[in-house]
Amino acid sequence: MRLFFHFGRYFALMAKALAKPEKKRIYLKQLIIELENIGINSVGIVVLISIFIGAVITIQLAYNFENPLIPKYLIGLSARDIMMLEFSSTMVGLILAGKVGSNIASEIGTMRITEQIDAMEMMGVNSAGYLILPKVIAAVIFNPFLTIISIFVGIAGGWMVSVFTNAVTQHDYLYGIHAYFCPFYISQALIKTVVFAIIITSVPAYHGYYVRGGALEVGKASTRAVVYSSILILLFNLILTQLLLGK
Amino acid sequence: MIEIKNIYKSFAGNLVLNDISATFERGKINQIIGRSGSGKTVLLKAIVGLHDINKGEIIYDNIVFTSLNFKEKKEIRKQIGMVFQGGALFTSATIEENIIYPLNMFTKMTLKEKKERVNFCLERVNILNANQLYPTEISGGMQKRVAIARAIVLNPKYLFFDEPNSGLDPKTAILIDQLIKEITDEYKTITIINTHDMNSIMEIGDNIVFIHEGKKWWQGSKHEIFNTENKELNDFVFASHLFQRVRNGTNGSHR
Repeated sequence: MRLFFHFGRYFALMAKALAKPEKKRIYLKQLIIELENIGINSVGIVVLISIFIGAVITIQLAYNFENPLIPKYLIGLSARDIMMLEFSSTMVGLILAGKVGSNIASEIGTMRITEQIDAMEMMGVNSAGYLILPKVIAAVIFNPFLTIISIFVGIAGGWMVSVFTNAVTQHDYLYGIHAYFCPFYISQALIKTVVFAIIITSVPAYHGYYVRGGALEVGKASTRAVVYSSILILLFNLILTQLLLGK
Repeated sequence: MIEIKNIYKSFAGNLVLNDISATFERGKINQIIGRSGSGKTVLLKAIVGLHDINKGEIIYDNIVFTSLNFKEKKEIRKQIGMVFQGGALFTSATIEENIIYPLNMFTKMTLKEKKERVNFCLERVNILNANQLYPTEISGGMQKRVAIARAIVLNPKYLFFDEPNSGLDPKTAILIDQLIKEITDEYKTITIINTHDMNSIMEIGDNIVFIHEGKKWWQGSKHEIFNTENKELNDFVFASHLFQRVRNGTNGSHR
């Protein structure tokens, strides 16, 4: 029953958040702030993690592809496909659920317990719309760029392995990342990213918006937000992968 | 006039407001008083619509607030200024940004006009040269005054204060009381204050509603409060030795 209660309240909150803005210009200004907070400020961590994971994937593939019957270019091809199919959408989504999700839940939760949200409501402002909608839109706009950046940087990480180690030659790696390219992999990564962006922002916003108590409860709400966002990302990853690539 | 009729409110089966009716008049300081946990904050938040009530009616100048839809309630709320117990200032915004926020949301004023209005409101609450400070960089008394400036920036018809003197020293509390009184006279607002501060009650209370265990036990003026026969109100008012001595006509400086 609690599950239905949370579902109902979540969708009611989202409906409130999607209501017509009081003043579009103010929401636009807020959107630009959120693009920086949620999007630009996440570029660093996405680049850092993607480059290392790209490199590690390439090393591990090279280690496992030692059979002389397996062509070496498959290392580059596999690294590219892993980045496109799973890492840059799902893993980056999980990382952002931790970074962005906890931030959103604690920000909105603190505003709730210090009565700042009540103050907004008292002024006649739709607090859900003002606080949540710009965050969701910012993530939906920017996260696809983060995914694209992650794919390129991850592949570059693998290329650096080919430059600095003997795991795979540069020629084989570069040939591999060009071979049998399927453009739909990019599309499915972007579709997933958009769904994950909605989860990463709206689920923590929900947990923060309805927090009750004090600082301890805000901390707990923040943890819950990250856990539930991560679980939902994994669940929707499975559903979307089956829908987009399944037979 | 704000009228509340037979209000009931419960949380998880626990009845917090039990059949409360009262009237609050324009241009007067209306106070809801009572012990901690008596239900006065719930009543105040119910009147402004932050808590939905289970039963009863809340009427703002002949408009039944409780039967309005979300959009219509928003229109009424634009005429309400509220000062919360902790100030509820936006901590990530400067004092100027805090006060300009309602103007940005609901007016078509130019930036120059908005800044003039902000400065006017800040001067009105005696805060000067603090526009660019953050709420955490000013004292509790100043935060309350900034919250009052934000509450009056849109020229409200109704003003609500939730424990405006909590956490303030007696002198600052008196200044805040005087400010509330002046603003009420100046703007002819319906002002409702939720308090348990006896000094504030005796200083500015025109119309006092006493709440005890979720029920209204008494309504009257500060002049009537000392002569009431109501036992629960007497227990509340004369809880301190000072007020007991005032009632008995003895000098408050000796025990």
